[in-house]
Amino acid sequence: MSRTLQNSDAARLAEVITSHEAPILEDWIKEMSGTTRRVDLIKDTELRTQCTQFLRLLRQGTESANLDMDSAAWKPIREFLGDISRSRAREGFTPTETATFVFSVKKPLFTILRERLGTDANALASELWTATELIDALGLYTAEVYLTTRTDIIRRQQEEMLELSTPVVKLWNGILALPIIGTLDSERTQVVMEVLLEAIVKTNSKVAIIDITGVPTVDTLVAQHLLKTVTAARLMGADCIISGVRPQIAQTIVHLGINLLDVTTKATLSDAFALALQRTGISLDSNTAKAKGA
Amino acid sequence: MEKIPILRMGDFLLVTIQVDMHDRLAMTLQEDLTNRISETGARGVLIDISSLEIVDSFIGRMLGNIAAMSRVLDAQTVVVGMQPAVAITLVELGMSLQGVRTALNVDAGMEALRESVDGQRAM
Repeated sequence: MSRTLQNSDAARLAEVITSHEAPILEDWIKEMSGTTRRVDLIKDTELRTQCTQFLRLLRQGTESANLDMDSAAWKPIREFLGDISRSRAREGFTPTETATFVFSVKKPLFTILRERLGTDANALASELWTATELIDALGLYTAEVYLTTRTDIIRRQQEEMLELSTPVVKLWNGILALPIIGTLDSERTQVVMEVLLEAIVKTNSKVAIIDITGVPTVDTLVAQHLLKTVTAARLMGADCIISGVRPQIAQTIVHLGINLLDVTTKATLSDAFALALQRTGISLDSNTAKAKGA
Repeated sequence: MEKIPILRMGDFLLVTIQVDMHDRLAMTLQEDLTNRISETGARGVLIDISSLEIVDSFIGRMLGNIAAMSRVLDAQTVVVGMQPAVAITLVELGMSLQGVRTALNVDAGMEALRESVDGQRAM
């Protein structure tokens, strides 16, 4: 963001901000309350403190007469805007509202500049240009920080969901079930696979049932991930059964030409459970089944 | 030269891998094991890899080879106690060890071997 603007413009801007700080502040706050002010999210006093702080830091920046935004003179204001942007992203401001906080200072600032330089069109134009570029850069920086913060929030939530979404259930001695809900991507498959294999070792289970009733679609990638999990379980000496295959998914699998011949599949979890009992050599007669099922 | 001990237990041979496998060790094991099978006329081989934490494609292939060779010599092979990390690595390497029998632990592996040998005898 290197800028080669006339230093005299910057100096004049600093001087204008110093001498007219109070009216700019008043106009600015009035301007915001007319447009994007969020009464529900921010208090008057807090907003006023933020605005005062911003003007003070803006003056410091312009006083340095260095218009390179990455330089040390602008560091305080960038940090300040970064903080504001981050807190607003968390509190639920929209990106527009957050960026407009910076952009809305233009109007009061330009009004003062026009009053000061009214007759000198050239000076006014060049001064306005300097101010615009400055404020735009600050506004864009605010928007950027806002976006980064939101991305961070989304990523953290994704990680949390990943941990929540892979419970391994013990159905019987030696029989595990893993109900999968939601789309399977590579990252999630990795977690699912690890969790399942660890559970197999820990509970010494011979059969694991992967239930995909909650998986909305199965494409080649998802099928490949499932096959990998099944193969890994087999390598460890456990049998895997895939259950909960819905009719649409069965159609998709065949249309896509996915080979699931090596894998036992069942339509429902109960069918899979019955097969698992049979494989582990457990039989339920109707009396005990009733007693256990009740 | 270091060697992996091969124990005889009735009709079966028992191999427990407790050190990191390197290529030469795997080759030696393959040779020793085939010799022992033909000497003793063993009907089954149980390979316990529960202490094995690192595998590469070569070791994976060796396991497959050992199983195939034993089958030629009329002995069943069961690989037991594979660690989750090892299983994931082998799958990611694209090695599903088709034709190798697996079991969760030595107990289950022995049982599987006995069953298959008894099944053959009954025929």
